[in-house]
Amino acid sequence: MVEGDPDVKPIVGLEIHVELHTATKMFCRCPNRFGDPPNSNVCPVCLGMPGVLPVMNRKALELGIKVGLALNCSAGGFSKWDRKGYYYPDLPKNYQISQYDLPICRDGWIEVPLDDGAVKKVRIRRAHLEEDAGKNIHDHADHTGVDLNRAGVPLLEIVSEPDINSSHEAGAYARAMQRLVRWLGASQANMQMGHIRFEPNINLHIASAGKTYKTPIVEVKNLNSFKALEAAVAFEIGRQTEEWRADPEGFSLEKLSKQNRGWDDVRMATVFQREKEEAHDYRYFPEPDLAPVEVGETWLESIRSQVGELPLQRRERYIKEYGLAFKDADALTQDGPTGDLLDGAVKAGADPKRSVNLLLGRGAAIANERGCQIAEIGLAVEQLAELAKMLADQEINATAAAKVFDLMIAGRQNPRQIAMKQGLLAVTDAGQIEKWVDQAIADNPSAVQDVRQGGKKQKKAFGFLMGQVMQKSRGAAAARQVQDLLEKKLGGGQQ
Amino acid sequence: MSGITNLTACETASAIAAGKLSAVDVAKAYLAAIERLEPAICAYNEVFADRAMDQARQIDAAISRGESVGPLAGVPVALKDNICTDFGRTTCSSKILANFHSPYSACVAEKLLAAGAVILGKTNLDEFAMGSSTENSATRTTRNPWDTSRVPGGSSGGSAAAVSAGLAAAAMGSDTGGSIRQPAGLCGVVGLKPTYGRVSRYGLVAYGSSLDQIGPITRDAADCALLLRAIAGHDSRDSTSLPADVPDYLAELETPLKNLRIGLPKEFFGQALDSEIRSAIDKAVGTYKSLGATAVEVSLPHSRIDVGPGGQLSSYAVACYYIVATAEASSNLARYDGAHYGHRTAGPVKDIIDMYSKSRAEGFGDEVKRRIMLGTYVLSSGYYDAYYLKAMKVRRLIKNDFDEAFKSCDALICPTSPTTAFKLGEKTADPIQMYLADIYTISLNLAGLPGVSIPAGLSASGLPIGMQLVGPVLSEGTLLRAARMFEKTSGTCNLMAKMVQS
Repeated sequence: MVEGDPDVKPIVGLEIHVELHTATKMFCRCPNRFGDPPNSNVCPVCLGMPGVLPVMNRKALELGIKVGLALNCSAGGFSKWDRKGYYYPDLPKNYQISQYDLPICRDGWIEVPLDDGAVKKVRIRRAHLEEDAGKNIHDHADHTGVDLNRAGVPLLEIVSEPDINSSHEAGAYARAMQRLVRWLGASQANMQMGHIRFEPNINLHIASAGKTYKTPIVEVKNLNSFKALEAAVAFEIGRQTEEWRADPEGFSLEKLSKQNRGWDDVRMATVFQREKEEAHDYRYFPEPDLAPVEVGETWLESIRSQVGELPLQRRERYIKEYGLAFKDADALTQDGPTGDLLDGAVKAGADPKRSVNLLLGRGAAIANERGCQIAEIGLAVEQLAELAKMLADQEINATAAAKVFDLMIAGRQNPRQIAMKQGLLAVTDAGQIEKWVDQAIADNPSAVQDVRQGGKKQKKAFGFLMGQVMQKSRGAAAARQVQDLLEKKLGGGQQ
Repeated sequence: MSGITNLTACETASAIAAGKLSAVDVAKAYLAAIERLEPAICAYNEVFADRAMDQARQIDAAISRGESVGPLAGVPVALKDNICTDFGRTTCSSKILANFHSPYSACVAEKLLAAGAVILGKTNLDEFAMGSSTENSATRTTRNPWDTSRVPGGSSGGSAAAVSAGLAAAAMGSDTGGSIRQPAGLCGVVGLKPTYGRVSRYGLVAYGSSLDQIGPITRDAADCALLLRAIAGHDSRDSTSLPADVPDYLAELETPLKNLRIGLPKEFFGQALDSEIRSAIDKAVGTYKSLGATAVEVSLPHSRIDVGPGGQLSSYAVACYYIVATAEASSNLARYDGAHYGHRTAGPVKDIIDMYSKSRAEGFGDEVKRRIMLGTYVLSSGYYDAYYLKAMKVRRLIKNDFDEAFKSCDALICPTSPTTAFKLGEKTADPIQMYLADIYTISLNLAGLPGVSIPAGLSASGLPIGMQLVGPVLSEGTLLRAARMFEKTSGTCNLMAKMVQS
């Protein structure tokens, strides 16, 4: 079965675990850092030694609240910590400090942009803070290793209402969430580093013969990529449809319990793990080692003031204020700092479109090569503004600007100085330009004829002549001047 | 040398600071006393003889160089073996931690060392502080110095016996339901459970986290003030420690309290109380009155002790405690699973669950298992509301009773325990009987209040009788002054058991 049967309505809720980007762990002062040698970022507290006590990381709490506020949740107020008990070697205390009945954020929503341009509103049930577990390393034949560097890293678990109705929407929701937490500086949200992990709950409402059938709920555990998330949801929709077809009365929510399934990346299929009857009784109870958290109005307001403009608001503004195309506005609002560069340059007097062209031209190309955000390539607002202004004033042409761009992010120098030093400033001397133009006209009579005749060859021929002039000037001629002069000499009227 | 071990901690500290005694002589005297009496008392799990001598030598050297030394310089102190030290072992008298070396020291241990105390060793306890006689120890049976056929009380029995027998000038205990005050009472010494949060719990191996407090066990109230001053105060590593200044408990100690109003909780003087203990306390109240105090009757209805038709006792406070404490314990003790440290089964195992089960079955004693099972049960889905949630409500009511009582008095006086020291083995067969040994001490932990047990005299058979003074939050200064008033008048301080005197 493929997704899209109008009688089959997939009902999907998503739990997203986001590792918060703090300097230290949730309850101790060990570094929160990925990739270090196993068990190097540990102390008695995160090792769960006898007698240790947790101390809450205020920064993590603030980041959690910040995300909640951006998700339109009611956040702050009174919340508390609870212990969630289960035995696993990567959990040294054999309980996880989490939040059970009084999460830090409750009842919000997020607008999810879909590929067709529509926006889907997904309600957020809650978001709570907890500590991450370590990792079991199965790379020895005779024993399992445990790396506790990750144990105690702050996690925000964001739980949606079951408002998602397709694998595509699940992916879009997850991407929107990744963009938001990055935007807020709450998480690096890097998939490869496991900063963000997904657990969809999936069942189907099937309309058949005037009746609605509900299939049993499946939770797919620990998905580490958008691709896996979308594939797992799609697979479950297919699998559950088939199971229901085989036994429409028996395969039902009322008769079967919730099931946990894992994702097999090789077979591209979900795999049965356990029924809910076998599920843990986590024996939650209030964490006696930590005081309840009271986030009063003043504190909450100071966090709210850090939230600022959100990605979709900013995208909307770019379209309206700067007149950008949706695609460009969207590309510039994947993270906060890239748009901050643009806004900074505009504020410094640069033309928005020229700034955008620089950012999405060389900027995006370099970021792509390096696998980072545009804002992370080492570009300063002043550099961007200056270069955009030079372009607007025709002090430099696009080709030269690209060279200057590369040099200025490497050396952090002023673009004007670079252009001068490298001889990349545009030649605006009218006499010199006329010489190059005349030469190009003399050298290329057939192109000149094509332009003068008009017709479908005209545009191409004009471009060719422009190129010839630029080549003669080694790219230094002021392009607008060249164009104006060429138009004048060839009888104008082109285009 | 035995004269040295008869000195109080205050006397010892001033003699060393004044150059009248050397820290080395003091350490030697205590190590000699340990050698002589420890085989009969069995107070210690581990004695740090060499380390203690090294420390004493360093203190003497510092004094001879004219350097200023801490207020406890050269005073030999014992630590209950559930207080972590980065030297020696921290076993909690459990097989599961029999060879455990803590990588860090408790806040209290650090503070004592910084004050110049010489750490003599780690004392025996009921396994993980669960018990009232120290018989639940996996390491040894500690005996009461007043009668070695009797228990020292518990769970800080090793600490109380060590101080009582002159095997330490002072000791640290921990109190979750009476574990400092009850053994102090049974051994004829002073034991103070501070306000919850007064002393950092960082490095105290957790039993019941919302109830546990570390406190001193000493020869008299002055020593108690000296030691409390050294260990109290806010600690950023313990989120439940109170950000309150530490008063100089010693400075005002000798100034008697004027117009002290004593509250006598009527529920604690019912038919359950032993008549000898009752008359000792009556006499003590008389002493206070002679010093200008007044006595009023107060009521703690939710701490009341009921006597059933067959004479069996029951109490809301004890019931409430055994839900809250065991719930927390079941979670706190989950980490002892053989995976990361501590005892791991040597036997063949099927899988990790089997390894956990066997390691824990071998490593924990019966009482610990009983409490883990109780705690697991009361937190289980479907039972939480009926047990844990209800207990939390009862806990609030118990606290409210105390708040109400302190409107009409400054401190409460009540017994420390229902009997004097009982015989070894007398209550081991019946856990409920053992639990009732804490019937007068347990509600304070639930309410988070400070309490001090001081000797009120001896029974006809020559056993110490403990009396408890209880005050509102952070009233340790008042309690110690009240204790001092009494002990100076009655002379019931720095009592020494006969075997120690001989």
